[in-house]
Amino acid sequence: MADELLQLLINGLLAGALLTVPAIGFTAIYAVLRFANFAVASHATIGAYAGIVTNVWLGWPAPASLAAAFVVAGCVGVLTDELVLRRLRPAGALTAAIASVALTIVLENVVRFAFGNDPRGYDLPVFRDWRFLGLHVGPQEVRNAAAALVVMTILFLFLAFTRTGKMMRAVADNPTLAALKGIDAITVARLATFVGMGLAGFGGMLIGMDTSVDPLTGFRVMLSVFAAAVVGGLGSIPGAVAGAFVVGVGEELSGLVLDPSYRTAVGFAAILVTLSFRPRGLFGERAY
Amino acid sequence: MENYLLAMAVFAAFYALMALGLNVIWGLAGMVNLGLVGFFAIGAYTSALLTVKLQVAMPLAWIAAVAAAAACGIAVALLTARLKGDYLAIVTLGFAEVIRLIASNELWLTGGTNGISNIPGPWRGVLSPEGFNIVFAALGWGSVAVIALLLGRLSASPFGRVLRAIREDEMVAAVAGKRVLAFKVQAFAVGAAVLGFAGALYAHYNAFVAPDGFTALITIYVVLALTAGGTGTMRGAALGGVVVIALTEGSRFLAGVLPELRPVQIASLREAVIGVALIVVLYIRPQGILPERARTLSLEP
Repeated sequence: MADELLQLLINGLLAGALLTVPAIGFTAIYAVLRFANFAVASHATIGAYAGIVTNVWLGWPAPASLAAAFVVAGCVGVLTDELVLRRLRPAGALTAAIASVALTIVLENVVRFAFGNDPRGYDLPVFRDWRFLGLHVGPQEVRNAAAALVVMTILFLFLAFTRTGKMMRAVADNPTLAALKGIDAITVARLATFVGMGLAGFGGMLIGMDTSVDPLTGFRVMLSVFAAAVVGGLGSIPGAVAGAFVVGVGEELSGLVLDPSYRTAVGFAAILVTLSFRPRGLFGERAY
Repeated sequence: MENYLLAMAVFAAFYALMALGLNVIWGLAGMVNLGLVGFFAIGAYTSALLTVKLQVAMPLAWIAAVAAAAACGIAVALLTARLKGDYLAIVTLGFAEVIRLIASNELWLTGGTNGISNIPGPWRGVLSPEGFNIVFAALGWGSVAVIALLLGRLSASPFGRVLRAIREDEMVAAVAGKRVLAFKVQAFAVGAAVLGFAGALYAHYNAFVAPDGFTALITIYVVLALTAGGTGTMRGAALGGVVVIALTEGSRFLAGVLPELRPVQIASLREAVIGVALIVVLYIRPQGILPERARTLSLEP
């Protein structure tokens, strides 16, 4: 029993690590632009397909493909934001959020148009599971989690120590004050969108490596990603990380009492419980 | 061809009904609901299960469907009572996905992804397919007319005025002594009831329900219907149903003009049309074709 619990805990932490990256992307965009950009779902899918093109078609190694997933999703994010969302934001956070849902549908179907519905996989070496103390761990899952950790560390260093990172945090903290200091809001908005959607794409490829890639890859995990961001507190990056691990571990542990197909409902339950007892989420702002 | 048009008229009525339900929750009371397809599904499954498994008479099953959807509406409204905007959008989106998970996994009850088939329809088998479509078109649009009229009265009543006040500024409404939570719960219940009714009609028209029929895409269709028609007005919501069907069916011509495309590509283009349409409406006419009259008091002389 203790073994089984430990195994589920390990699986949950590994699954949570995958959720951290897109959850940070979602929450970072929220922190700077103040709206829920649901298009994170389609950008995760776009990142996953950028990985398919570079890794399977062009034969790039996985780390290079992950970088490509980040850049492609980030560029598509900035482009679609300029074309669609930016001019709708003044009409209100909700209008922009609704438009981002519409945008998700359009982008998902662009992907479907180009690649079809068939599930695809990456060209990855196959490893035997590591076994120790009666537990087993997939080396690929550990690599994915390590990739998530690396990108988180880079993001932390970027936000903490670079001038651009500090600019982004300043706008997230207090847009008026940042504007007074001469920080250009539009540049920071573009940057936040690039980084946020890039992270969504990176996370999308990680999730694709864990499962398979089809036009709904991003959408399927979105409820868990939103749940991670909300549980942690919308707009808080440490919150998104904590939330992702809570949701990841919660989803695995739910297997003890629920049918595994109900995993995604765990995220929903986590949102309701968190918001009932702690409306700011773990680290964020108030939900009302 | 006439039969096809009749079938489309029936579906337009379903979308119009759903837009009417959403209009009470979102248009009047200002609560985002991206989970409306969940209430539609609850209505459809309730009525389908009662008639197929327990041989309940259809009118009774429809009443039960409306009641079940309204009860879920009350539950969701209470659970999300204090949430606003983005948070409410995420939670309601999650609600609909949970309903779909239940429909896909509780095989003993819902038949899982195989769904429930052989759902009876009024005079199905007695009437010709055309006759059945005519009955349903009349039933659907008759319901739209009656419900739009009733909801229009509701909207013009003091009750509707309070809902609009809550939509504009909850705190002001509370300070004016309105019990905001009670009003929100009631609005959610009424809207969910209409959504559930639409679901029941759909189940008995289609004779078949399955989780695939209740994806988040339906929610977007209805959001488009309401936004295009005119948020806040009942006529607008009814018109929106027609607009959505015109778009989804109108885009069928794509298969004719672009024969070199594969079916999956045509399907993806047709879905993309809906997303593009919603974005275009938000750009050029966010108030909709039949907008709500501004009720703000002009302070200019």
